[in-house]
Amino acid sequence: MASIFFKEINSFFSSLTGYIVIAVFLVITGLFLWVFSDTSIFNYNFASLGQLFAIAPTVFLFLIPSITMGSFSGETQAGTMEFLLTKPLSSADVLLGKFAASWVLVLCAILPTLIYYYSIYQLGSPVGNIDTGQVFGSYVGLIMLSGSLTSVGIFASSLTQNQIIAFLMAALMSFFMFWGFDFISTLPIFMGKSDAFVQYIGLLEHYENISKGRIDLKDLIYFISFICFFLWGTFISINKDKFAGQ
Amino acid sequence: MSVVLEHITKIYGQQRAVDDLSFSVKKGEIVGLLGPNGAGKTTTMKMITGYLRPSSGVILVDDEDVALSGKSIRQKIGYLPENNPLYHHMYVREFLGFVAKVHKLKNVQEAVKDRIRQTGLEAEQHKKIGELSKGYKQRVGLAQAIMHDPEVLILDEPISGLDPNQLIEIRQLIKQLAIDKTIIFSSHILQEVEFICDRIIILDKGRCVADKPLNQMRHSVYRQYKVRFIRPVELKKLENMEDLESVDDLGDATYLLTYSQGRDRASEIFDFTVEQDNKLILLKEEVSTLEEVFQKMTIK
Repeated sequence: MASIFFKEINSFFSSLTGYIVIAVFLVITGLFLWVFSDTSIFNYNFASLGQLFAIAPTVFLFLIPSITMGSFSGETQAGTMEFLLTKPLSSADVLLGKFAASWVLVLCAILPTLIYYYSIYQLGSPVGNIDTGQVFGSYVGLIMLSGSLTSVGIFASSLTQNQIIAFLMAALMSFFMFWGFDFISTLPIFMGKSDAFVQYIGLLEHYENISKGRIDLKDLIYFISFICFFLWGTFISINKDKFAGQ
Repeated sequence: MSVVLEHITKIYGQQRAVDDLSFSVKKGEIVGLLGPNGAGKTTTMKMITGYLRPSSGVILVDDEDVALSGKSIRQKIGYLPENNPLYHHMYVREFLGFVAKVHKLKNVQEAVKDRIRQTGLEAEQHKKIGELSKGYKQRVGLAQAIMHDPEVLILDEPISGLDPNQLIEIRQLIKQLAIDKTIIFSSHILQEVEFICDRIIILDKGRCVADKPLNQMRHSVYRQYKVRFIRPVELKKLENMEDLESVDDLGDATYLLTYSQGRDRASEIFDFTVEQDNKLILLKEEVSTLEEVFQKMTIK
């Protein structure tokens, strides 16, 4: 698993992919947080990182699929999947190595935003007037959310050889898993009856819960099972050729 | 290390890609897997490496069931897939280092250096794989296949698409590697098979249509003799000979005799000549080329 992980990380950072992903994330969140007058913290007049955590999921919805779109579709298209799976690597090794590498790249994009926290901490009046507990919770939520979207992206990538299709499928599935259930819960058939349950299936509900600074075991278990579910789907998808005709 | 296939079948949807195929390869043997496109060569090889699971049947490598043994068996098998898939964005050394790590070799640097030397990649080792010529890519493919010094080597079309010079180089490389390894390799370039293999298995529509040592394979379809007598013989008398399929009169008391497959007929022809009170000036067996054998076996 480690060898796959380092190979993937190497390929992210030996090409432009890694740097562009980090740059795009920081530029977009930076603009919304500091520059655009509608959302800028200077007009908002509260020492809060709320804007970052509101905008970050939207950025991830297209940024993470662009990281993961090549992970399996690129390999199957080039035929290197066959090469990997005939080496002493299990499909779980390949899968987890690739998932971990993509997630770590996303974390590398999140990490520099700690500077935003530090800046707001210093700008607060008095200095340090920021709800650190809530920020911490939001970071945990964002990290878990990025892991979930990465697993969706990896799954989409294992379904097709075409990277563009993989990207679009991942973006659509991520969008649906994040907001879709919230929309569905407002439909008349669910409204007032099982709308809370339907909301509970989607990512948004759990992300918002954790973002409030209340790290609940329920939400963590949700995110972890979400990730496991899509990785399991990927596992089945990459092994389907092997067991064809049985 | 031996490779044994027992009643292997692989079904894709409606199609039987491999149909009840059985053969075994002894340790140290070099076997050529021949067949037209779609005959099931690649599928068979993928099943031996464990990449595909047979629909039914058992594959044993070194007496171990490939389907059950998982990762450990792949430490013993080296595989060069068809079309030689490689990471084109990686450097030669970087890629081979990755392969060495995947195999959990103790001394990665040493192993990479060894393989680069063995496959003659010294001059290209600092290039990106995508920048290499096809022949050198093939060397990289071979280098990764032999990285862990496997006892069984599976090469799927290792020489297709190479120019004549590259072809000779790669062929020699395979011959060098072949010492003390069991090799199964596929090709549709028949001359290559003649140069490298001890034994040939011809597949057609997923079935084994012939499995013989190379020299026997040439005689397995028919035997032809060119004979010249001192005086012409009546064609009718020639046609009366046992097992004779056809006689061609080439003129000048020269005939081409074609027998259905089987034993050597030289002494019978000699006896016939004595019987006819004639004299034999020329008796030459026309060895059929592998191409002819191949065509006869696979086009029906």
